[in-house]
This record gives sequence, structure tokens and C-alpha cells, in this order.
Amino acid sequence: MSILRRLTPLGFPALIVVLLPMAWVLDDYATKTLTSILVLGLLAASVALLTGVAGLPTLGQTAPYLVGAYTAATLVRHDVSIGVVQLLAAAAAGALFSLVTAPLVVYARGVVVLMITLALGELTMTVAGRWKSVTHGTDGLLAFAAPAPLPGLVTLDTDRATYLYVLTVVAVLVGVMLLVLRSPAGALLRAARDGEARMRASGHPVAGYLTVAYVAAGGLAGAAGSLLVTVERYVSPGAGGFDISALVLLAVVIGGATSLVGALLGAGLVVATRDWIASRDWFGGSMAGHAPLVLGGLFILCVYLLPRGLLGKRTAHE
Amino acid sequence: MDAYLIPAVDGVGYGLLLFVVAAGLTLAFGVGDVLNLAHGTLFAFGAYAAAKVSDGTWLSLALAVLVGTAAAAAGGAVLSALLVPLAGRGHLAQALLTFGVALVVGDLLVGLFGPDELPVKVPALLDRPVDIAGHSYPGYRLAFIGVAALIAVVLYVVVARTRVGSLVRATVDDRDMVATLGVNPFMVRTGVLAAGGALAGLAGALGAPIIGPGPRTADLVLMLSLVVVVLGGLGSIGGAFVAAIAVGEIQTIGVTSEVTQDFAPFLLFGAMAVVLSARARGLLTSRRSAA
Repeated sequence: MSILRRLTPLGFPALIVVLLPMAWVLDDYATKTLTSILVLGLLAASVALLTGVAGLPTLGQTAPYLVGAYTAATLVRHDVSIGVVQLLAAAAAGALFSLVTAPLVVYARGVVVLMITLALGELTMTVAGRWKSVTHGTDGLLAFAAPAPLPGLVTLDTDRATYLYVLTVVAVLVGVMLLVLRSPAGALLRAARDGEARMRASGHPVAGYLTVAYVAAGGLAGAAGSLLVTVERYVSPGAGGFDISALVLLAVVIGGATSLVGALLGAGLVVATRDWIASRDWFGGSMAGHAPLVLGGLFILCVYLLPRGLLGKRTAHE
Repeated sequence: MDAYLIPAVDGVGYGLLLFVVAAGLTLAFGVGDVLNLAHGTLFAFGAYAAAKVSDGTWLSLALAVLVGTAAAAAGGAVLSALLVPLAGRGHLAQALLTFGVALVVGDLLVGLFGPDELPVKVPALLDRPVDIAGHSYPGYRLAFIGVAALIAVVLYVVVARTRVGSLVRATVDDRDMVATLGVNPFMVRTGVLAAGGALAGLAGALGAPIIGPGPRTADLVLMLSLVVVVLGGLGSIGGAFVAAIAVGEIQTIGVTSEVTQDFAPFLLFGAMAVVLSARARGLLTSRRSAA
């Protein structure tokens, strides 16, 4: 682990360099899968930012994710066809949602945060299912027009173009986050996590730092929601379901919690494992359609077998 | 005002149902120090038991309540055993394990009972409307309100007046001191998880005609009871009672009026926001003094 950790600064650029040529190597199906993984990976990175770096374990980042996705889908339906505009609007909506809900989250600690965020995520999904005039309820919103990333660029009609767009966005956003976390701002956040009492004593507004982290994570999740709409051309309340929260939290647990890149890799690992298990016959029966079973099983295995990373760290000061 | 009478009565029933479930969750958290994210699944045990065992006779209803309660209590005890290897790993690992168990068992329940919501039969005597102030009202719900109120009273008496209850309150206040007094913490945890599970199963079996068994039941019940526990203050049974009635009223009156129908979930957000921002520091300080 420690070798891996020492290589972390190089890890992210290396990952992007490996992923870039995949657009020309993989077939359409694999490209599509990898694109979905990147979208979930960005959501997982937002969870990692809160859970690992800020110390607020969350099951509710699907809430700003849904808010972002519905914002993007609504823009598409109103003929806003510039990808970056959709992305920024969705990120802003996700961040705004987080700003409004921040008082619920930033004063709580530990599993209480898990409780509150889980309720927030479920409530947001319920709103998405009920508020028919805006969300079309459980039918979901179709957003069929493919966006052009920037004015003057081609529209994202092929899987390869979509993949490259999503990869670029994820690379930029995660890259920026990594730089911010390496700056003094990141140190303040980690210090607030590890020594809250000392930070308070020396006059640092811990809740303020956590609010900033929570809003930033909401922006990332909102951006991931916009990418979801670009990829799927559709959003429904199910996109923010229990199994998605579970999937991204699991990705973060596997990825080692404090690492955004780990969250991206974790998302890939979880989705690949889930699809691999679902695609095979087990004892004469297919596991397709049993995503919760597979995810839950992986969850239990990880809690027992992977005490390091997220879980091991937490015990040190709890 | 008259139009709101029936929803208001409904809200009391819904609230009492939530209270019985949430009391189990808050006990497990306050006493056992475990955030049981499989609590909604234990409720589903009871609800499925009611749907499968109860066939319209009183005996079958009693049997369903018994089976549902026992199954959920056993589920709680199994959870406690599963948590043993995680000793010393902190709250988060425990919560994540129960979350994994909830996903697995939820999927198994759907596999066993199908993806549809199941209808629940109740005895004919209860399956007809009764008259309240000129409105007809489902007899079962009225009977449920009576039974659930009785459960709430019994629960209060047990916690406030018995030796077991004083142990429970002492553990909420100072877990380490109780352990020092020679009470085995593992037995306490297993006891409260089983008792909490029993409450969830009991609520599920009795409340199945109100929140029916289906694939979304566990999530819905878990979410609502988490809201109740957070609003009521962690580990507080009295707080859970007030919060549960409030949430029940929001859920029923909120969806009655045309205007607020779409916004009932927002009302829950709002209630959480108001209470948590008013009590936020209190919550934090009480956690710190306990730690």
C-alpha cells in the first residue's frame, strides 16, 4: 500500500494516459461500459472527497447527482445543446442543493452523517418520483439531443466521441480537485478531520471548511449527473437509487476512501465485478437482475476482508 | 378543517407505526451503539409474514404477528453475531456491514416473494369501515391505533420502570461504566438488536395493511425511521414518539391537500432542517460529552 501511496501523484496522469487510447482500442460495447464507469467514478470521487478527506461518510451524494441530472436533462429539452453549459449548470445546481442542505450535514459526525445523508438521498429520489410537472415522475425525462461539447465542435453522436468528452471532463474535474487537495486548503480539511478539537481551539471554523467541501462535492456529483444524461440521454429517479449509493460507497471503500483516484478505480472494479457476475450462470441460475445481491455480497466481503483504507483509518481516532 | 380529520387520524396511525419501528432503531443505536441499516428489512420480515400467514382468521393473524416478530428478532440476533468480528473497528464498519446485509436480504426477499406488493388479509370484523364523527374509516386502522398505542405505553413502562429498562437507560448514558459493573456488552448488544428487531417485526406484521410488503418497503421504512430517530434525538424513546407522530402527520396531511401533494417530501426536508439547525450544537455537544 505504501508504495502505491508514494506513486499517487503520478497515478492520475498515468491513468488518463492509459484510458485515452482506449477510445480506439475497445469495441462500442466496452467503450460504453467504460464511459458509464467514468460517470459513476466521478460520483464516487465526490463521495471519497466527503467520506475520506472530510471525514463525513455519506450515502446521499445521489441527491445532488439526481439534481444535476434533471437540470441537464431539462436544459437539453429546452434546446441548450452546449455540453459545457449543461455541465456547469448541473454542477451549479448540485452545489446549490448541497449549500441548502449543508446545515443538516456539517454539524453531525460519524454514522449520524450516514443516517442523515441516507435520508436526504431517499427523500430526493421520492421528490423526483412525485414532482411530475418537472420530472415526469417515474417515467423519467428523455433528453435525446446529443450535445456539442463547446460551440463550434461536433455533436457527440458516436460512442467514441461521448467517451472522449466524458474522459476529458472527469480528467479536468478530478485533476483540479487533486490539485486543490494538495494545496493548504486540502491540509486544512484533513486537519479538521483528524484533529477537530485542536483546529477549533486554534480558531479554525471547522463547520465552514466542511461546508465548502460538501458544496464542492455536491458540484462534482451534479457534474456527474450531467454526464449521465449525456451518456444515457435519459434520467429517472432510479438513477439515484439505493443500489447506486451502495455502488459508489463500495467503490470508495475499495479505493481506500482518502484517494479520489482510488474511488475511480474502485468504481471500475465494482462495475466490472457486478457485470461479470451477472453475465454468468451460477448453479444453473442467472444472476442478472440481482444487482443488490451482488453488491451487498461484495459489501460484506469488503467490510470483513479489507479493514484497511477507509475502515482501518477511522478506528484510529474513534 | 373537517376535510383534514380523517388524514389527521390516519397520521396518528402512521405515526404510531413509525414510532414502533423507530423505537427499535433508536434502541439499537442508543444502547447497542449500532446503526442498523438493515432495520427496514426486519420490518419487511414482519410484513411478509402477515401477507403469507394471515388468511382472515384471528388465529392466523396472531400466528403472523408471532412469526413476524420472532423472525425479525432472530434477524437482529444474527446481525449482532455477524458484528462480532468487527469488534474495535468503529461504527462505520458496523453500519456498512448492516447495509450490505440489507441489500442481500432485500434481494432474497424479492426472489422469494416476487417483485409485486402483496395484499394482506385481516379478520372480517376489522375489514370494514367504522363511523367516526360522520366519516367512515377503515376498522383495521382504528384497531391498529389502539394496539400501537398500547405497545407504546408498554414500551414506556418497560424503559422507565423496570430493571431491564434502567439498564437500557444506563447504557445510553455511560456504556463503559455499565460494562465495568459486570454487564456483558455483547449480551446487551445482542439483546437490544433482537428486541429492536422484534419491534420492527411486530410493527411490520401489524402494520402490513398500512405499509404493505413489497420491494420498496425496506427502503421506505428505513428512511422514515432514520428521519424519526434523527428528529427525536439519538437514543431517545420519548423524542422518537413526538417525531414519529409529526412525521406521520406530515406524510398523511401533506399528501391530502392538492397544493402540498407534490411537496410532502420537501416538508420532511424542512422539518429535518428546522430541528437539526436548532439542535445542531446540542447534538454535537451531547455526542462529545458521551465520547
